[in-house]
Amino acid sequence: MIDIFDMMGPVMVGPSSSHTAGAARIGAMGRTLLGEEVAEAKIGLHGSFAETGIGHGTDRALLAGLLGMKPDDLRIPNAYQEAKNAGMRYAFYTVDLRDAHPNTALLELTGKNGKKMSLQASSVGGGAIVVNKIDGISVSFTGEFNTLIVRNQDESGSVAAITSILSQLRINVANMSVSRHRRGGNALMVIETDQHIKPYQVEFLAQLPSILSLTYYDKEDDEDGSGFDEANL
Amino acid sequence: MVLDSMKQIFECSEQEQIPFWEVVLRYDMDLRQVSRQASMAKMLSTWEAIQEAADSYTGTQRSVSGLVGGDGLKMRMYMRRGESICGDLIGEAIVQAISMAESNACMRRIVAAPTAGSCGVVPAVLLALRRQEDYTQHQLLEALYVASGIAAVIAYRASISGAAGGCQAEIGTASAMAAGALVALRGGTNGQIGHAVAIALKNLMGLVCDPVAGLVEVPCVKRNVIGAVNAISAADMALAGIESRIPVDEVIDAMGEVGRRMPVEFRETALGGLAATPTGEAVKARMPHGE
Repeated sequence: MIDIFDMMGPVMVGPSSSHTAGAARIGAMGRTLLGEEVAEAKIGLHGSFAETGIGHGTDRALLAGLLGMKPDDLRIPNAYQEAKNAGMRYAFYTVDLRDAHPNTALLELTGKNGKKMSLQASSVGGGAIVVNKIDGISVSFTGEFNTLIVRNQDESGSVAAITSILSQLRINVANMSVSRHRRGGNALMVIETDQHIKPYQVEFLAQLPSILSLTYYDKEDDEDGSGFDEANL
Repeated sequence: MVLDSMKQIFECSEQEQIPFWEVVLRYDMDLRQVSRQASMAKMLSTWEAIQEAADSYTGTQRSVSGLVGGDGLKMRMYMRRGESICGDLIGEAIVQAISMAESNACMRRIVAAPTAGSCGVVPAVLLALRRQEDYTQHQLLEALYVASGIAAVIAYRASISGAAGGCQAEIGTASAMAAGALVALRGGTNGQIGHAVAIALKNLMGLVCDPVAGLVEVPCVKRNVIGAVNAISAADMALAGIESRIPVDEVIDAMGEVGRRMPVEFRETALGGLAATPTGEAVKARMPHGE
């Protein structure tokens, strides 16, 4: 289904929805999933991101996203200075990822409190993104839903434990996937939900046995239109 | 409900006895599960972002490559001297199209319509016509809904991406959106909107995407101008009662087919056309590289 505000939009800093707006979203997704301020970022650019990224501001947009900026943030062109001000260290390099979309970045992040995470994501057009890998495990989600990312022990019952609680909270699962490195090792659950999950609910879920860690991406709501009156136009 | 053809929008408009723009509004309310107010408030902030981008253009910035910047200002000064061959309306549209597309290349804030590379076309025609004739903000939002609905149909049936369908899919679609929006602003019929869209798309069919050094700069900025001027002429033809002999949905399908059969060199890869000229290659060679 085509969103008309993807046709008339997004509102964004130029020059390219895929190379700039999408790159900013990838950076912001990395920061959100890391769950803390980014202290250090190693950024691999693949394909067209490596070829024409600098001319499109892909590098600056990724840094801006890692600093928490949105694709329409006017500070994106000054992202190098902003990163310096925030004390965020960064390094770019060219990487050749097998079977990856041409506009793909690989982020290896270290947080201010020492948390580490790697994220591989692609900008697939019009500013839309797909996350392909977290810590080397294949996943696939877009940030168009509220998204829970759960690292758990690969054992029976761990999926049911989470989903049964979600259903008690009346949170509907829109999409879900489970992947793992190997049997009995660590697994990764990605659960996209229609409803928001409140911070205390996220915390509660994180306490469940067999769950190693959990991060939550909360989708921003659209304007609700309050205060808008058609008669004033 | 799916916006899968212009015909479907026309039929829905007739059945429900609502104008074209309102069919698109209801589609948005249904798809995103939002109220009429929420949808229109979002369209209003989109329109405000367009105006802010136009009002804050100074012509003093340059793009990363240095190829683009300052031409909108040049055109503005030329218009002020009263020497324009095109006259006030088309001249203003040229100023706005270049300025907005330059703003995009210079990393200023713009509204993709339907893409960032073609962001100057729809704003150019609306801002130019509004300067000359009085329209309420409501009418301008209606025009933006019409433009968005047209783009949604084209995206569904063909493509709006240069990588998939060449420049005809980006500037061509933007021009079709602008043509339909102009007809709606002038109070034209649904049929006239359809003919304007068809004529605008037909006249840019086959246009290749050949950006120098792969950047959204050359020839993208000036192609926004042809998108805008083409839209104005298509709208005028449709309002005069001139009809497209090929129905609009068939034109959209034909554009999609041309895009699919277009060699990859002409689909944003910077391997053909202007990008592959000696000058284009030289620009690419001196660009900073991600090593």
